[in-house]
Amino acid sequence: MMLFLSSQLNTYLIIGAFLFACGIYGLLQHRSLIGMLISGELVLSGASVNMMAFNRFLAPDPTVGQIFTLFIMGIAAAEAAIALSIIIAVYRNYKTIDAEDLQDLQG
Amino acid sequence: MDQNLYSAEGLAGVVFLGLLAATVAGALIAVNAKRLVRSVAGLSLCFTGVAGLYYFLNSPFVALMELLIYVGAVCVAIIFAVMLAEPRAEEKVGKSSGLGSLFGVIAGGLVFIGLATVSTKSHWSIAKTKINTGSVTELGSSLMTSYSMVFELISVVLLVAIIGALVLALPGRDKE
Repeated sequence: MMLFLSSQLNTYLIIGAFLFACGIYGLLQHRSLIGMLISGELVLSGASVNMMAFNRFLAPDPTVGQIFTLFIMGIAAAEAAIALSIIIAVYRNYKTIDAEDLQDLQG
Repeated sequence: MDQNLYSAEGLAGVVFLGLLAATVAGALIAVNAKRLVRSVAGLSLCFTGVAGLYYFLNSPFVALMELLIYVGAVCVAIIFAVMLAEPRAEEKVGKSSGLGSLFGVIAGGLVFIGLATVSTKSHWSIAKTKINTGSVTELGSSLMTSYSMVFELISVVLLVAIIGALVLALPGRDKE
């Protein structure tokens, strides 16, 4: 029954796998650095959904998964700040954020 | 179980289906949009849906944090970066040529099928008893007791990230 999807572990696991796969696809398919950063955020949120699902349905201590997810959010915020400042610095020097134009170190 | 659509469980199920649709549609928009601004909009839709999923998983605090941090801070920061550094409109944005997309579809599809198969085929053993209810009070007390070291470490990480972002973005400002 479609209306009781919210009380099944598999729903959340499949949504987490879907977000992770979308992130992998976007990382390979996007050319701009900001697009890659967006896909990376999707990968992290897929991992968080998995953590929260196991926390709700399987874990004996239901605070562990929530704390893990809060720390994933903190790491993701730090990662986004660093990545965006790198992107701004790259744009200042090269006037592009296309990953295929940044070939100075390519042999 | 009551399967009536107009019961409380039925309405909650409809809301849950809406959240699932928002998550999936947001993720697809985020990876497939032609322009970066639309990607960011799809990302924030996806994160809103994920926050709703967290609410259904008995964690309203984490759901609020998801909205505050991801939708409120990360997406806004990415939009600032897009405004500062988006390529001009006539250039091609986003998509790579056919080969990258093909590899992306193959790799993403394999990852999805693999993970979904593993998670549906495995036998997950459920904990016999729960030692607490996972409320905000217990969350706070375990952050201050069992996980206080990790808590301090992540504050150091955030401080280093802020200083590093300033150091990286500062040079070159006076030249322009």
